[in-house]
Amino acid sequence: MEENKDIRFTPKDFKSDQEVRWCPGCGDHAVLSEIQKALSELGIPKEKYVFISGIGCSSRLPYYMNTYGFHGIHGRAAAIATGVKTVRPDLSVWVMTGDGDSLAIGGNHFIHAVRRNIDINLVLFNNEIYGLTKGQYSPTSGRGHVTKTSPFGTLEEPFSVGELVIGARGKFFARTIDNNVSLSTEIFTRAAKHKGTSVVEVLQNCVIFNDGVHDVFAGRDVKEDRTITLRHGEPMIFGKDRMSGLILEGLKLKVVRIGENGITEKDILIHDAHEPNPGIHYFLANMRYPEYPVALGVIREVEGDSYETAVHAQIEKIQSGSNIKCMTDLLNSGTVWDVD
Amino acid sequence: MGKKPQIVEKDEVVIRFSGDSGDGMQLTGTLFSDTAALYGNDLATFPDYPAEIRAPQGTVGGVSGFTIHLGHYDVSTPGDYADVLVAMNPAAIKANVAWIKEGCTIIYDKDNFTEKNIQKAGYISDPIAEEKLEDYNIIAAPITSMVKEALKDFGLDQKSVFRTKNMFALGMVYWMFDRKLTYTEDYCDTKFKNKPEIAQANKIALRAGYYYAETIEALTPVRINPANIAKGRYRNINGNTATAWGFLAAAENAGLRLYIGSYPITPATGILEELAARKDLGVISFQAEDEIAGICSAIGASFAGYLAVTTTSGPGLALKSEAIGLAVMAELPLVIVDVQRGGPSTGLPTKTEQSDLFQALYGRNGECPVVVMAAISSSDCFRMAFEAARIAVEHMTPVLLLTDGYLANGSEPWKIPDMESLPSINPPYPQPDHGEYIPYRRNEKRLNRYWAVPGTPGLEHRIGGLEKTIRGTVSYVPENHEYMVKMRDEKVKKVSEKVPDIEVFGDAEGDLLLTGWGGTYGHLLTAVRELRAEGYRISLAGFNYINPLPANTAEVFGKFRKIAVCELNLGQFADYLRMKLQEFRYHQLNKVQGLPFTVKEIKEFCIKLLEEK
Repeated sequence: MEENKDIRFTPKDFKSDQEVRWCPGCGDHAVLSEIQKALSELGIPKEKYVFISGIGCSSRLPYYMNTYGFHGIHGRAAAIATGVKTVRPDLSVWVMTGDGDSLAIGGNHFIHAVRRNIDINLVLFNNEIYGLTKGQYSPTSGRGHVTKTSPFGTLEEPFSVGELVIGARGKFFARTIDNNVSLSTEIFTRAAKHKGTSVVEVLQNCVIFNDGVHDVFAGRDVKEDRTITLRHGEPMIFGKDRMSGLILEGLKLKVVRIGENGITEKDILIHDAHEPNPGIHYFLANMRYPEYPVALGVIREVEGDSYETAVHAQIEKIQSGSNIKCMTDLLNSGTVWDVD
Repeated sequence: MGKKPQIVEKDEVVIRFSGDSGDGMQLTGTLFSDTAALYGNDLATFPDYPAEIRAPQGTVGGVSGFTIHLGHYDVSTPGDYADVLVAMNPAAIKANVAWIKEGCTIIYDKDNFTEKNIQKAGYISDPIAEEKLEDYNIIAAPITSMVKEALKDFGLDQKSVFRTKNMFALGMVYWMFDRKLTYTEDYCDTKFKNKPEIAQANKIALRAGYYYAETIEALTPVRINPANIAKGRYRNINGNTATAWGFLAAAENAGLRLYIGSYPITPATGILEELAARKDLGVISFQAEDEIAGICSAIGASFAGYLAVTTTSGPGLALKSEAIGLAVMAELPLVIVDVQRGGPSTGLPTKTEQSDLFQALYGRNGECPVVVMAAISSSDCFRMAFEAARIAVEHMTPVLLLTDGYLANGSEPWKIPDMESLPSINPPYPQPDHGEYIPYRRNEKRLNRYWAVPGTPGLEHRIGGLEKTIRGTVSYVPENHEYMVKMRDEKVKKVSEKVPDIEVFGDAEGDLLLTGWGGTYGHLLTAVRELRAEGYRISLAGFNYINPLPANTAEVFGKFRKIAVCELNLGQFADYLRMKLQEFRYHQLNKVQGLPFTVKEIKEFCIKLLEEK
């Protein structure tokens, strides 16, 4: 979307008259205000925003936004959004979805939206659990996770959101944590400005059914040592003391300490989010604690043709070269004959 | 061209071209029907595709046929039984022997009746003898060797030579029906513009066939004089193209752009293909990843202000059910086309049936009414697609349009409508004097809500699948839910203002009223016409509108001693009528063979019913 610096809002302008009904302490509250904050600074007229969702706790978000909104059916938000954005490239289209909505029942629409690179911003709230149905495992629940439908532990390998995005030839993938206001706001802004499908995975806490699921690396006291915030053009350094970093050793990333074993800051990889080859992005997106820090920030941001732009360009091209301009032209085209 | 023997004049004839799926029978039939239409005959055609993509060559499963019924009066069906069968191989005899008239003319490619091919078709040595067809007018033409001979100096490879066999056969049929070759020759020149040697080879084969037919003196030339049809400009159109064009016309008259979100499925794919080719008229076509994405993207496009349609066939409609419910709840305009085929499950994909009526009416969770309508002929698909779109937009409701495989693939000459004669379509946008935009505030008369399109300042609102108050707030209040359920139901009932009265063909009263819905109309009409000519007091009412029913239905039914409902299922419309109009007794004629009715079986049924007390 084009930015217009004369358009200024406050986050409050995006609050609807609806009472927010998530559980107290739910990570969704923070995401809502982060989105409202990001939107207030984007310089896009309010009537141009459309928030679309499927089913699940996260999918209630459009009701709380004072914009155009469509609360769809389970898993289909990406498909509905595809229709909206394809016909109306002038709109800023946001999909609010969860790990169940987008990776289980809506998995097909998710990968195909990403593959087409349609210019939507898809915010995937990943709490690794089904919250609205009160606590069943999801496609991102870790193997062995005990839930109401896996009382003896799940036997399934979880999906990794970033891996799916890259596998579907995605051009934009970012990850943030629900309570990291400044990083989330920054990422939502980047996602909005990216032309093409932007997938933002929000590691979100379900306070009731999966409380603390991300705490092992995202907890207040450990997150600086167990996560790494990536920024394009900056070295991959992390840790409370900013002395840990990532290097490439053979075909794998490796965590090193600056100043140990002859490693200097110069040896640390520089993050290149714009590299079309997804190799390193794939490694970064799949880093898991404890072997690695979990990557946050914009991991992949590559330019590409967006679907809806190509659709309209193709129509314009065909129209300029065709002598069928209206229905009457079409009705009288080809083999016709007159009966007198 | 040489002197002709005495020409016999006939009122009508049914010709069936049949051969292996690689023999070009569809093209041959199309070229013949175009020529007949240009000459001024009325006609109806029906292609019969093999179910398999590529069944083994020479087998019955791989037979592809094309039937043309032409006449010098009003033709309403592609004909039950053929007067002329062109059989390119033995399997074509096997596949069609049940569908030819006694004593008919059979032209076959003698060279292709090899021992191997005969056995592949399931015969022992002589198909003609084994089917007891010796007394028929059998023309054993050496088509393969004739085209080889005719094109021997052309330097074409054998495959290209053999591909002109259909033109040879077509030439023979042209001579037989006293037709000019001009249209087909022009077609060859255009089609093979960049391969003049292929164009020339086809034209030579065509002429060779024509002269061969003349030379053998075994055929009697037949003339079907032009039909007395209304003045105007005509074209041939099949049901799928007519459906696509109906939507285009509706979009133009509504001042909207058209969006189609669909997933390929037989026999509905032709609509998506036609609209995908219509970028010149600004259509946005989206081949979705599945049926659900097709309809959901269409709902999104509708929310964003487009005229949105999704097209499918039976199994695809099942997949779309939940999303149709969403469109009912969101009260957005949307047309869903179901080109019915044999079911259940994958069923008979290439065959026709009318067994999705209940699915269309009731196949959703909750109280979920939609408008249900049906096209009665291939060209009627245009009018009904237009009307479906008009109702969807003006009443803010999903509309389900039922066609079927028979209408979709069949074609007939169609008088091109004047766009200005079609009604305008007025989308119910919120007006300035409405004040604050309330999403489910309704038009008092029609009960439609108003269409506030994203991008419009000040009309921001939220809608969706959860039950809501008129302000769009999610609500579990019991009375509110019941109120909204009734409003949605009442809104669909109010569509009856756009449903024209049912017209009766024949007298307004009598011994028997034949009724049906959708694609059986042509066969029912022909049967009723013939029975009336034979003196029976019989009339016909063919339904385009099923939900809501035309307002005068009970009045029409009340004027007849007996009512019979004919449909290609086990009696779904009959049961629907029993529920809606309980005061009448309904007799039934049903057929579930993946085939249209034959006029013969309808007539036999009617006569028996009329003879019963």
